[in-house]
Amino acid sequence: MAADTVRGARKFGRYTLLVVLAVIVLFPIYAVVLQALKTGPDSLDHPRSLLPVDLTLSTIKAAWTQGNLGRLLLNSVFVSVMVTLGVVLTSLLAAYAFAFLQFPLKGPIFVLFLATMLVPAEVTVVINERTADSLGWVNSYQGLIVPSLASTFGIFLVRQVFLQLPTELREAASLDGVGHVRFLWEVAAPLSRPTLGALGLFTFLGTWNAYLWPSQVIRGDRAHETVQIGLERLKNNDISKINLVTGGLVVAALPIFIMLVLFQRQLVRGLTAGAVKG
Amino acid sequence: MKRRLRDVPWAVVMLLPSVVLIAVWTVYPLVKAVQNGHLRCDVTGTKCIDAGWGRYWDVFTSTEFQHALGVSLKLMALTVPAGLVLGVGLAVLADKHLRGIGVFRTIFSSTVATSVAVASLVWFVLLQPQIGVFADLFSGWFPVLKNPGLLNDPGTALLAVAFSSIWANLGFTFIIVTAALQSVPRDLYESAFVDGAGNVRRFTNVTLPMIAPTLLFVTVVLTTRALQTYGEIALLTGGGPNPEKSTTTIPYLIYGRNSIISGDLGTKSAAAVLLFVLSLALALVQFRGLDKRVHYGR
Repeated sequence: MAADTVRGARKFGRYTLLVVLAVIVLFPIYAVVLQALKTGPDSLDHPRSLLPVDLTLSTIKAAWTQGNLGRLLLNSVFVSVMVTLGVVLTSLLAAYAFAFLQFPLKGPIFVLFLATMLVPAEVTVVINERTADSLGWVNSYQGLIVPSLASTFGIFLVRQVFLQLPTELREAASLDGVGHVRFLWEVAAPLSRPTLGALGLFTFLGTWNAYLWPSQVIRGDRAHETVQIGLERLKNNDISKINLVTGGLVVAALPIFIMLVLFQRQLVRGLTAGAVKG
Repeated sequence: MKRRLRDVPWAVVMLLPSVVLIAVWTVYPLVKAVQNGHLRCDVTGTKCIDAGWGRYWDVFTSTEFQHALGVSLKLMALTVPAGLVLGVGLAVLADKHLRGIGVFRTIFSSTVATSVAVASLVWFVLLQPQIGVFADLFSGWFPVLKNPGLLNDPGTALLAVAFSSIWANLGFTFIIVTAALQSVPRDLYESAFVDGAGNVRRFTNVTLPMIAPTLLFVTVVLTTRALQTYGEIALLTGGGPNPEKSTTTIPYLIYGRNSIISGDLGTKSAAAVLLFVLSLALALVQFRGLDKRVHYGR
């Protein structure tokens, strides 16, 4: 009986702690969403009460039109989808070569590939900006998309999975006269679907959330801005309209929140694959 | 030999897209940046002379770079240990079979959904001195929230940036550490329990050694992210408050719109290369220093 009480008290304590911490972690999001839903776009103040009553969509609507958010979201979707498809394709091809083909210097070439994984964007953007300039790719979709179409991490990840496929598969296929492209497309790729899903989700999120490169390659061209760099405009327009930012934030964050709830498992798989890699 | 070479055409075709892209957008800019780092340019940035490798030393010891280095290191010290402790704490707390624990896990993971821009703007709104929620709720204890505002006070601006990054990275740390905790074999805990180990002993003697490789990975990632902080600065403070430039990190010195070296390709390149070397060196030190104490049980 006494042991039960102690256990019950402990459980209660743990729940209390969990709830308090959950409130702290969620508070910034909650406060911003509430501010977007409770006050008009011209309001200079945040709501006095933190209860979700008297809600209005007027701030979000105003942010949508004044921030041109529809266009920004479309740009972000287009760029992220293209980069994701590209990365999955280039990773599949290169990983196939490293996993199933025989060619001289395969080991050293693979190590060279891996070494480029260490080079962060913060170093390359200085020069890539000029390359984009000389190609005429500033303020364009190509400028946003092409530099990100290959991923060493993706190649590494897919190669790992390919190497785990039984070698008999490839041998049997070549005995049957199945060529490399068909084998990749009809056997190897479908068998690696979970990993490709994780890679795709990861690439999509990374591209969607990218800030540094888009902020340098898109210079004030509203037609090509992604949502991440376009949001800033809501803030810079007029400080008295700070509330518009809250509306913009809700619109910008919502698609990703929904996606993460839907794809939580793939996300965890992708993140932990990264951890194993490290 | 013939068999070895038969695949070569296919290998070339399949590797070509990745090779070309990585060569043009990763290797070339790295090599070019290392070269350009030798350049010393005049104020207009049009006339440059090759000053050799010594130029790197000049840039490294320049007042601007030293200041930015100090800011970056300070930000690292503010975010990495705190982020690690909070992330691990939450993960350990939620690593129990309790009813409804899934809800808490989702909540603790949730900040992984926020991008740099979204997280920064969230904090920008909340920290507004006159109309922000935090100023309203807490300025009784911390008057700085209202006057001049956490982001506008040279002494606290970097701390505000740190809050934003710690919060934004919390979901990432939580997810990774949770996955590591779940892979610790349960029978290890049972034997520790049988041996009479309490909660604390179990954590220090079983959990910590088992998740050490993951903690190492998270530490390296958090350190790298701290050193690469750009978007938070651009959106929260613009490198200011000025004239102290209290939040001008190295990336902001390089890429910031109103940075004093923004027109100077040589100095920008040198600073970028120095940043790369610095983060590489720190990652190596962390791996070497911690590797010995890490137990890679599989």
